[in-house]
Amino acid sequence: MFKIVKNRVDSDLTTGGKGKVQIPSNLLFKCPRCGNVMLMEDFEGLLKVCSECSYHSRLTAKERIEMTVDADSFQELDAAIQTANPIDFPGYDKKLAGAKQTTGMNEAVLTGICTIRRRKCVLVVMDSHFMMASMGSAVGEKITRAFEYATEQRLPVVLFAASGGARMQEGMLSLAQMAKTSGAVGRHSDAGLLYITVLTDPTTGGVTASFASLGDIIIAEPKVLIGFAGRRVIEGTIRQRLPDDFQSAEFLLEHGFVDMIVPRNIMRRTISKLLKMHQKEADGSWVK
Amino acid sequence: MGKMTAWERLQIVRHKGRPTIRDYLPLLASEFYELHGDRLFGDDGAVIGGLARIQGEPVTLIAQVKGRNIDENKESNFAMPHPEGYRKALRLAKQAEKFGRPVVCMIDTPGAFCGVAAEERGQGEAIARNLMEFMSLRTPVISIVLGEGGSGGALALGVCDELAMLENAVYSVISPRGCASILWKDASREEEAANLLRITAEDLLEFGIADRIIKEPAGGAHNNVHLMTEHISEYLIDAIERLRSVEIDTLLERRYQKFRKIGVFTEE
Repeated sequence: MFKIVKNRVDSDLTTGGKGKVQIPSNLLFKCPRCGNVMLMEDFEGLLKVCSECSYHSRLTAKERIEMTVDADSFQELDAAIQTANPIDFPGYDKKLAGAKQTTGMNEAVLTGICTIRRRKCVLVVMDSHFMMASMGSAVGEKITRAFEYATEQRLPVVLFAASGGARMQEGMLSLAQMAKTSGAVGRHSDAGLLYITVLTDPTTGGVTASFASLGDIIIAEPKVLIGFAGRRVIEGTIRQRLPDDFQSAEFLLEHGFVDMIVPRNIMRRTISKLLKMHQKEADGSWVK
Repeated sequence: MGKMTAWERLQIVRHKGRPTIRDYLPLLASEFYELHGDRLFGDDGAVIGGLARIQGEPVTLIAQVKGRNIDENKESNFAMPHPEGYRKALRLAKQAEKFGRPVVCMIDTPGAFCGVAAEERGQGEAIARNLMEFMSLRTPVISIVLGEGGSGGALALGVCDELAMLENAVYSVISPRGCASILWKDASREEEAANLLRITAEDLLEFGIADRIIKEPAGGAHNNVHLMTEHISEYLIDAIERLRSVEIDTLLERRYQKFRKIGVFTEE
């Protein structure tokens, strides 16, 4: 069934890498899962989904927002929050500066309010192009504030998760963000508000082990990687190769940790319908 | 006496004779009834839980179990829990909430287990659920890092009103070895990483992550397990007393704020 490729382990290396054909990245897309090569134009026409194996490739936060929200409806929150280097970790400042420059973002997450087919919600979008969307103090703070704002304003939260996990360059301050964000999710949930999480490529580590797994409804994009431990770590423990579909969205669905797998071309509509299902009129009756 | 480095403390924590919950428990509790299983899948030997009486006080005790020899380690999987260990912990914490008993979590793990079964049964979800549920558990929660606090697998028992650490205990987002191999592609630079990551009780007190340090006997807990147990017991009784006197909604707000304010960032 799946055509997830043998070298899934190496899928993080989207460009370059040993033994790989060098492709001018602006003209062609080579699928890291099945090796299928597409014209960039066709790939973009399919919302950056592989035509062969339907792997849903990584989007920038900006692309995701454009694809999801009503035009011009996104108003960013807490845009000024930036990371410091709290434990003077060597090379961290440089790494951050590089990430800022290549992505044009302050940090690995954008938060804001928006409408999705006229349904108002708080939107959180993580961007794996920024230090693999690892969670440090700034990411944790922005996500916590987004949930607190949604609780105050009685709004649902839609969150697109992607992450390599906790950001080791901030030591224990990063780990504590898992508890901080989960606490804010809990308060939002206790207030009876809806939280939809969409797991995108890749959602792993401390983000899987905190807010990403706590949605009322958990959606995943097809063929994306979702897990707690790194594949290589597990392969090292058991000393054998894991099946190709291990830690895929489909694997999680089968094991009961994902509610539904939704392709990108109907994501916006699906989310808006789910939002509507939870919406009430001023008189308390359900929106029809 | 000069300040010890993280690496030096790590050596004490890794000492073969470092006491584990199995050493402390018979000295700490006059009674202990172990309660098994998560009611969902199975019983995880990496986490023990049950009803304990400490200086007359009934508490729910949840502890990660390091083995003292190979047989014990087989049974407890080197203190690396599977999801059912975390789900057992949550079941027992909810039970404590029902009966108004304080919860005492003892953290001592290299991390949550990384394996096929753990992924199949939702390791990430199990940890996440604990973080959220412990945050609003309507009874006092006290966590103590006995030796090694390894990442998310430790944090899953670390959402609490007060986090205490034994003087030489460490608590880290990633093992120093793991950090060195990612950062420098050289696991042997473990010592450098250990000293960089700010993992000691003193460091974590400074960040507001740890709240108390429990003094160890000279040279480390292994030199006098009786004295170490006394210190733990004294601390626990004092903490239970203090936390119990706080009205529960105030306690929950304080617990939320304790984590809410952790983090360093700029905002212009």
